[in-house]
Amino acid sequence: MTTDSSAAITDKAPPRAVVSAAGLGLTFKTNDGDVTALSDVNLSISKGEFVSFIGPSGCGKTTFLRTIADLEQPTSGTLTINGQTPENARKDRAYGYVFQAPALYPQRTIEKNVALPLEIMGYNQAQQAERIQRTMELVNLSGFEKKYPRQLSGGMQQRASIARALAFDADLLLMDEPFGALDEIVRDHLNSELLKLWERTQKTICFVTHSIPEAVYLSTKIVVMSPRPGRVTDVIESTLPKDRPLDIRETPEFLAIAARVRDGLRAGHSYEETV
Amino acid sequence: MACGLGILMRRRFDGAVCNAMTRAFPILIVLLAIVAVWYAAAIGMNAPWQNDVYRRGDITNVPATQFVLDTRNREKPVLPTAHRVFGELWNSTALVAPNKPRSLLFHARVTFSATALGFAMGSVLGILLAVLIVHNEAMNRSLMPRIVASQTIPISALAPLIVVIGFNIFTGTLGVPTDPARLISKAIISAYLSFFPVAVGMVKGLRSPEAIQLDLMHTYNASPGQTFWKLRWPAAMPFLFASLKVGVAASPVGAIVGELPTGAVAGLGARLLAGSYYSQTVQIWAALVAASILAAVLVLAVGLVERLVNKSMGARPA
Repeated sequence: MTTDSSAAITDKAPPRAVVSAAGLGLTFKTNDGDVTALSDVNLSISKGEFVSFIGPSGCGKTTFLRTIADLEQPTSGTLTINGQTPENARKDRAYGYVFQAPALYPQRTIEKNVALPLEIMGYNQAQQAERIQRTMELVNLSGFEKKYPRQLSGGMQQRASIARALAFDADLLLMDEPFGALDEIVRDHLNSELLKLWERTQKTICFVTHSIPEAVYLSTKIVVMSPRPGRVTDVIESTLPKDRPLDIRETPEFLAIAARVRDGLRAGHSYEETV
Repeated sequence: MACGLGILMRRRFDGAVCNAMTRAFPILIVLLAIVAVWYAAAIGMNAPWQNDVYRRGDITNVPATQFVLDTRNREKPVLPTAHRVFGELWNSTALVAPNKPRSLLFHARVTFSATALGFAMGSVLGILLAVLIVHNEAMNRSLMPRIVASQTIPISALAPLIVVIGFNIFTGTLGVPTDPARLISKAIISAYLSFFPVAVGMVKGLRSPEAIQLDLMHTYNASPGQTFWKLRWPAAMPFLFASLKVGVAASPVGAIVGELPTGAVAGLGARLLAGSYYSQTVQIWAALVAASILAAVLVLAVGLVERLVNKSMGARPA
C-alpha cells in the first residue's frame, strides 16, 4: 500500500488500515421482516494485528467477517480493505478465508486441496509445489500431502484448510470459528500454533470465536459484540506481551482482560432479559 | 455345501473358501426357491389346458408323474419350464450362426445398438439439461416441470408416434437410409426414457456442494467454469452414476417398445412380437431372458466405469 499516500482516502482511516469500517450496517430481508445483522459498526484494523470478534450467536461477528470477504453486501456505511472496496479486494485475492468447517474436497488429497486456490489463480506446477511444501510446513502437516481428508483427524483437517488459505500469500487471514468444532486439548494446541504462525508470517488476522480464553490468548485487539441489532459494544487493546506461553492464561493480567470481555458481553446481553 | 451349515464350520474351517461359501449359500437357497416356484407354477398354469386335452381324448386315470410330464412338455405352454426357456436360449444362440435371423444374438445386437445410442443420447441430454437448470433460475422454473411431465406420458402411446413419424421424417425430408433411420427412431424412444433419471440425478448432484464450498470458490474469485469443473462436476459424480444405472436399465425398454409398433423384423422386440403372433411362448420367454441379460450387462458395464472413475478420483473404496 505504498501508492495511497495521498491524503484523500486516508482522511478517516489510519494510514496503514487493512480493514476500515465506518457506520457499517447490514439488514437481511427475511419472511419474518427485516433482521439487522450489523448496525453502525466503526472499526479500524491495522496491518499485523490479531483481532478477535467475540459475542453470542446472532451478534453479527460472522456477518462482519463475511462482509469483509465480499460474501455479504452491506446496506449502509462504508467498508474498505487495503483502501479498496471489498469486491475489488476479493478480486485481488487480498485475503484467505478459513471457514467453521474445513470444507476440504473429499476426492482431492491434502496437497491437491491446498493446490486448489493455486490452480484457480493460475500458478504453474513449480510454484504450486513450492507453496504447498511451504504452507504444509507452516501448519505442521508435512508428510500428510498424499493423504485424503477422511484419513485425517478434525484438527488436522482444519490445519489443512488453514494451509489452503495461506497458500496464495494473502496478507489478510479471515478465520470464522476455525476451532469451534474441536475439543479443548486440540484447540489449545492449535491456538499456540496459530500464534507462532502469525508471528512468522506477519499476517493480519481477523478471528471469530465464542470462547473468551481463546480471544484473550490470541488477540492484540478484542472486539466485543452483542446481538439484536448486531453491534460493537467494546474494543479492547490487549496489554499482553507478544510472546505468549499457554500458562499466560493464569496471570492476573490475562484474567483482567478476560473479566473486561465478560463484562462487555454481559452488558450487551442485559436488555435481552427484559424482553 | 456343508460349509453353509453354520456355526460348526465357521469356527473350524479354513477362512476364505468357507467365507465365500457361507455367503453364496443364502443366495443359492433363494435361487433354488425361485426355480421351485417356477416349476410349481408351470404345472399349475398348464394344468387347465392339459385337463382339457385329457377330457377331449377321453383319457382318464392319468398317473401324477405322467400329468406333470405332460404339462411340462406341451409345445406351446402357458408357462414354459426353466430348462425349456434356457434350452431355447442355448439353441438360438450357440447353435445358430450369429448373423442369421434365427439367432437371438442377431436380435440382441440390433436392440443393443439402439439401446446404446439411445442411452448415450439420453445421458448427454440429461446432463445438459441439468447444467442449464442448475445455472439458470428461469430454466429451473420452466424446464423442471416439463421434464417431470414428459415422463407421465405412457411410452407405449408415444412410441408409435416417434417410430412412424420420426422414421418418415428421417427417410423423407432428411434423406437418411432406412436402417439408420430405424435405429435413430428407436434410440430416440430409448433416450426419452433414460434422460429423465440422469437429469434429475444430475440436478441434485450439481447442487450437492455445500454453501461454504461455493463461498470458498467465491473468495478465490473463481470463474463459473472453474467452479463447475473443480467443484460441481466432481461432487456430482456419485449422483451421475446412480442415475446412469437407472437410465441404462430403462433404455432397453425404450428400444424394445420401439421395435413393437412397426412390426419390425429385427430386434428382441420383433422377436417378442413374432413369438406372440405364433403363440411361441418359449420363444417369447427366451427373448425376455435375453433382454434382461442385456440390461444386466449394461448395468454392470456402468458399474465398472463407475469404479474406474472412483479409483481415478481417489474416492473411498466402496
